[in-house]
Amino acid sequence: MQRMACSFPDEVLEHVFSFVQCDNDRNAISTVCKSWYKIERWSRRRVFVGNCYAISPDMVIRRFPDVRSIELKGKPHFADFNLVPDGWGGYVAPWISAMAAAYPWLEEIRLKRMVITDENLELISKSFKNFKVLVLSSCEGFSTDGLAAIAANCRSYLHCRNLRELDLRESEVEDLSGHWLKHFPDDYTSLVSLNIACLGCEVSFSALERLVGRCPNLRTLRLNRAVPLDKLANLLRRAPQLVELGTGAYSSELRPDVFSNLSGAFSGCKELKSLSGFWDVVPGYLPAVYPICCRLTTLNLSYATIQSPDLIKLVGQCQNLQRLWVLDYIEDAGLDAVAASCKDLRELRVFPSDPYGPEPNVPLTEQGLVSISEGCSKLQSVLYFCRQMSNAALMTIARNRPNMTRFRLCIIEPGTPDYLTLQPLDVGFGAIVEHCKDLQRLSLSGLLTDLVFEYIGTYAKKLEMLSVAFAGESDLGLHHVLSGCEKLRKLEIRDCPFGDKALLANAAKLETMRSLWMSSCSVTFGACKLLGQKMPRLNVEVIDERGTPDSRPESCPIDKLYIYRTVAGSRFDMPGFVWTIDEDSAMRLS
Amino acid sequence: MERSLNYGGTDDLILEATELRLGLPGSDGHEKQSPATANHVMRNNKRAAPQGMSEEPRFKRISNESDIASNGDPDCEPPAKAQVVGWPPIRSYRRNSFQQKKSTDQDDGAGMYVKVSMDGAPYLRKVDLKFYKSYPDLLKALENMFKFAVGEYSEREGYNGSDFAPTYEDKDGDWMLVGDVPWDMFVSSCKRLRIMKGSEARGLGCL
Repeated sequence: MQRMACSFPDEVLEHVFSFVQCDNDRNAISTVCKSWYKIERWSRRRVFVGNCYAISPDMVIRRFPDVRSIELKGKPHFADFNLVPDGWGGYVAPWISAMAAAYPWLEEIRLKRMVITDENLELISKSFKNFKVLVLSSCEGFSTDGLAAIAANCRSYLHCRNLRELDLRESEVEDLSGHWLKHFPDDYTSLVSLNIACLGCEVSFSALERLVGRCPNLRTLRLNRAVPLDKLANLLRRAPQLVELGTGAYSSELRPDVFSNLSGAFSGCKELKSLSGFWDVVPGYLPAVYPICCRLTTLNLSYATIQSPDLIKLVGQCQNLQRLWVLDYIEDAGLDAVAASCKDLRELRVFPSDPYGPEPNVPLTEQGLVSISEGCSKLQSVLYFCRQMSNAALMTIARNRPNMTRFRLCIIEPGTPDYLTLQPLDVGFGAIVEHCKDLQRLSLSGLLTDLVFEYIGTYAKKLEMLSVAFAGESDLGLHHVLSGCEKLRKLEIRDCPFGDKALLANAAKLETMRSLWMSSCSVTFGACKLLGQKMPRLNVEVIDERGTPDSRPESCPIDKLYIYRTVAGSRFDMPGFVWTIDEDSAMRLS
Repeated sequence: MERSLNYGGTDDLILEATELRLGLPGSDGHEKQSPATANHVMRNNKRAAPQGMSEEPRFKRISNESDIASNGDPDCEPPAKAQVVGWPPIRSYRRNSFQQKKSTDQDDGAGMYVKVSMDGAPYLRKVDLKFYKSYPDLLKALENMFKFAVGEYSEREGYNGSDFAPTYEDKDGDWMLVGDVPWDMFVSSCKRLRIMKGSEARGLGCL
């Protein structure tokens, strides 16, 4: 092979490449020439697979033989809201088996919305010589027995295996017993991060205390609700170096000795920057955290059912707060206070305390969000549940905060118009996409016509993820989005009158996106078949629990549609209610 | 950037199938929803539909749910609005954490649906206890739902002048007469309702 004058030895190139971490950049590097492709693939240590069905484990392993860290995502986002029936898929088992054989040096596994069993966990615990990080975000299918296996095998003399991080973020775990924690060996001291907030059962508290006490590098500890408040002080005193803490239930009989013990323990935590938990809050115990409020950058009070005055007293002391999650009990008045005190706020999430009630139960309106947009100049990310909104408010917010990158608004009642003018909220959201030029994520709600989608298609050029519900009037709406949003990767739609036309007219666009979800829309089975036949690199999955789509006329709308690009072909693990269409136009069930 | 429909040979087929034109709403003659106007507001069945709103196919699923709830009985209003699956978009662990909380607050999150059975009726119903403010409210709704009359309540004798007695199963599993405890206490302890009929019912009154 002809050597170019500017070529370097492989080791030098590899060293240079090691400074490039970002996937897109590494992908670009690999396309320069064959030798760069070869060096890059051997040196790629981290792989992110945004859709576990977009590629097969073997293909990943063949391309990247020496991976140390893998991240996989399974079910579509709407699975979070029970729109994806149980058993749809997202099984991690084939990945674990393949990697157990191919990547003995794998250190990190991060999964989101996947199904993982106790057997899978056991295999993980035994297969990887240097396993360090396990993050299971919104996963399911396992029990505390699986956790016991991870704990038991976390440390190994033979194989310098030392677990650092066990994070069960919002997963659904079958609680068989709290004794799994006892399986951490007595000489295991490497724990850095433990998040068990999602567990329902009581964990063995003495085992937890001992574990916390012997791990000097522990910086993140998120307890579950079952850990009582009067035990918290002891834990904190054993781990004053904690940076992130999630309390258990924050309630106890008001007793001065318990309070002063707790307050002292909190004061001893000089590094604490993030607080969460706060189930069942007894307001009398909140002042125990006042001493550390000024250092907090993240505060998650989204389970704290306390009223606005208590919330204001607490949040008003958090001048360095960057991220605040809270219930709508904070009220507009509370958000005014936040806008005045938390000048560094980057992210706000306001959750509804009574989402199914027919009437508003708290005075939280669009005004709260407007105040925040005025007072918090660094605000980038918003998730806001409320019951009324106006175009005027949205326009004000947009003009105040053109630096916004994530804007998710949920007006609780579907189809709610501007409460002042009774008009659709098209121009309000239009202002958001027009002014916030770097908007990456947007969720719409309220009364919306095709016009809002025209605005989105015209202005939202950096938009990567769009969520739509109960909006639009015709296929034009969908067409505007698919044809206009150049960076669109994920589109999820429910209960909108979008049918076949826009979908078929923009079929090619679907190959540039990760996935499209449409449920309770007007897409027909005929269109799905057509799409499946003509687009071999798309999996077109029809999800319908009413029985085979063939038993209904082709013009009948299907229930749910999930389309994603893939190089792996149709998957083999589909349940009985998922149909996919092959190139040979035969309907396939796996 | 004009995106051409370029996927090799299938253009004609798909263009023909779609016949998409970027015209104004309503101008392409295809079956469409009415343009958005001030009246074009999606309401659930609990509130009166605004004028001029025609049957909206896209909301069929929601109206179907409440149709089932009212069972086609014109006299029977659904006790609460039909809940749409997965809306509002809140994770189940968030919803569940409120339901676990003891109901000491007035506004306690999700509605409190309990089953209602009536002796001799072929199927059970469900009511949302949160929807009612008092015993007369609830009893009137039950009377409407099952077409019976409950009689006069007195602390001493229970429900007089009727073959029916409304009872409920409380948290301890005991069957109690509706009306004895304060309303809030009833709401927080009631697990299911049963409308007893006949001699069993009269028996309670006579104790």
